[in-house]
Amino acid sequence: MSGLNMNTDNSNVSREIRSLAENMLKELERGDIGRAVSLVNDLNDVRDRTLYNEIGRLTRALHEAIKNLNVDTSVGASSEIANATDKLAYVLEMTDKSANRTMDLVDAAMPLATDIQERAKRLGAQWQRFRKKELTPDEFRALSREISQFLQDSASQSQQLQGQLSDIVLAQDFQDLTGQVIHKVAALVRDVEARLVNLVLMAGTVDKITGITHTDLDSSVVAPEEGENIAAEGPQINKSSEDVVASQDDVDDLLSSLGF
Amino acid sequence: MNKNMKILIVDDFSTMRRIVKNLLRDLGFTNTQEADDGTTALPMLQNGDFDFLVTDWNMPGMTGLDLLKRVRADERLKNLPVLMVTAEAKRDQIVAAAQAGVNGYVVKPFTAAVLKEKIDKIFERIEG
Repeated sequence: MSGLNMNTDNSNVSREIRSLAENMLKELERGDIGRAVSLVNDLNDVRDRTLYNEIGRLTRALHEAIKNLNVDTSVGASSEIANATDKLAYVLEMTDKSANRTMDLVDAAMPLATDIQERAKRLGAQWQRFRKKELTPDEFRALSREISQFLQDSASQSQQLQGQLSDIVLAQDFQDLTGQVIHKVAALVRDVEARLVNLVLMAGTVDKITGITHTDLDSSVVAPEEGENIAAEGPQINKSSEDVVASQDDVDDLLSSLGF
Repeated sequence: MNKNMKILIVDDFSTMRRIVKNLLRDLGFTNTQEADDGTTALPMLQNGDFDFLVTDWNMPGMTGLDLLKRVRADERLKNLPVLMVTAEAKRDQIVAAAQAGVNGYVVKPFTAAVLKEKIDKIFERIEG
């Protein structure tokens, strides 16, 4: 990155200006107005030359900085930012796929678990009646058949459940891939921020050389109106902040304080 | 509480709609429909005799808060019970939702028990 270093040049320039000014003072004290005026012109030349040099240098640096931002201005080409957007879309797709896969597996597993539970309860009740000798021989034969069927089914159903549970674990493999992508995008964001800061510094240098001040910049930032437009912000990362609720209990407390 | 009541679930993420739908089904509510933001939800509500609205806040198009305001401003919908299920967790936001007339507020991530508790409470108040 081509940073701006004007210190050495600046000191050359100020030396040049100082010597011209000192000469001009001497000419004035000597009473030679003509010489003094021509020295004023020399001073102007120095200023113009410095300005042109600096503008040339800044233009090059600015160009370089914009190129480094990787914001592609040509249509159709893919920039780093566009790449990052694609990467985040990939994260969205992966997490969506995983969530749906997990829910599909749970939907398939739930009836198996429910069936085992219901049949075990029913057989348990019958088994109690058998222990109390309340069953007729026919009922006992039916119970015996049901028990052996149940043992067979529950063995196969629990095996299916086992498979579904391990598939649910496998469906979490996106975490590794999306984690890598998110790390990369976060690094890009930090990088772009640093480059933007550099651009701001450069703009500051332009202002310093040309003597431009921006009095309107600060006032143009309007504070959002309190309470008027409450916007959605998404999840709060910093739960310890004062204006953020830490739990559902906090929400309930707040609402009950409002008469809910 | 009528387990057959017609419920509209509004969230821009299909996975979240599915989670809410499954939880409601586990609680015995099977008559559910879905919309992906306020803009799609509002006409469904206006034409569809829904008994209960469960909505997210942060959605493209019309947000959940705007949907809530539109519901409260609509003569035929203004008494519809609305439960907000959202990641928005700032005190100001919860106060704003309360002022707009929300009946319950659940912050994500949430549990099945919390969802059940809030739904029970809403209908206890309405029926009691």
